[in-house]
Amino acid sequence: MEFIIAKYNYWIYIILMMIGLYAMIAKNNLAKKVVGMTIFQTAVILFFISTAAKKGATIPIVMGDPHLHGHAIPGTVHAIQYVNPLPHVLMLTAIVVMVATFGVALALVIMIFRRYGTLEEDEIIEIRKKAVV
Amino acid sequence: MIWQLDLVLLSLVVICAIASITVKDLLSSAIILGAYSFLMCLIWAEMGAVDVAFTEATVGAGVSTIFFVAAIYHTTRRTKD
Repeated sequence: MEFIIAKYNYWIYIILMMIGLYAMIAKNNLAKKVVGMTIFQTAVILFFISTAAKKGATIPIVMGDPHLHGHAIPGTVHAIQYVNPLPHVLMLTAIVVMVATFGVALALVIMIFRRYGTLEEDEIIEIRKKAVV
Repeated sequence: MIWQLDLVLLSLVVICAIASITVKDLLSSAIILGAYSFLMCLIWAEMGAVDVAFTEATVGAGVSTIFFVAAIYHTTRRTKD
C-alpha cells in the first residue's frame, strides 16, 4: 500500500497519458486531437522528470565554499544531495520538439480548414466521399 | 519535493487536462491548455528541474498558446465535442 502511494507521480503520469491518448483517438475535432497530442507528450516529460527527483535533494548546482571565493573543493561533491540532471537535459530537447510538432500540426489543421471548410473529422470524411462519387 | 504542494498541483493538472479536451469552445481550450502548461512548469520547478521549468514557461506555455490562438483566428472556434 505504501509502495503504491509513495509513487503518486507515476500514477498521475499514467492518467495524463491515457487522457491524451483518448483525446487523440476518440475526439472528433482535429484541434482537440492536437491538444491530446500535447498532453501525451507532457505526460512523457513528467515521467522522465519524476525519475530524476530524489527526496531531500536540491537543484543540480554545486555549492561553493564561501571561504574559497566561490570555488568548489574538488572531490567533495556528494551526488546524493543533488537531483539527477541527465533526464532534465534530455527533456529540454523533448520540449522543443513538442512545440515544433505542435506548430506543424496546427499548420496542417489550417490547410485542412482552407480546403474543406470544417475541422470536424466526420464532416471531412463525408465531403471526401461525395468528391469520390 | 513537498508532497502536499505536489499533490495539489498534480490534481490541478489532471483537472486542466480533462477540461481542455471536454470544453465546447476551441478558444477556451487554448487558454486552459496554457494554464495546464504553466501548472506543469510549477511542478517541475518544485521537483528541482528549474531549466526544464523555464523552458516550459517560455516555449511550452507562451509560444504554444500564441500558435494555438493564431490557428483558431485563421480557422474557427466551433467544435461539436
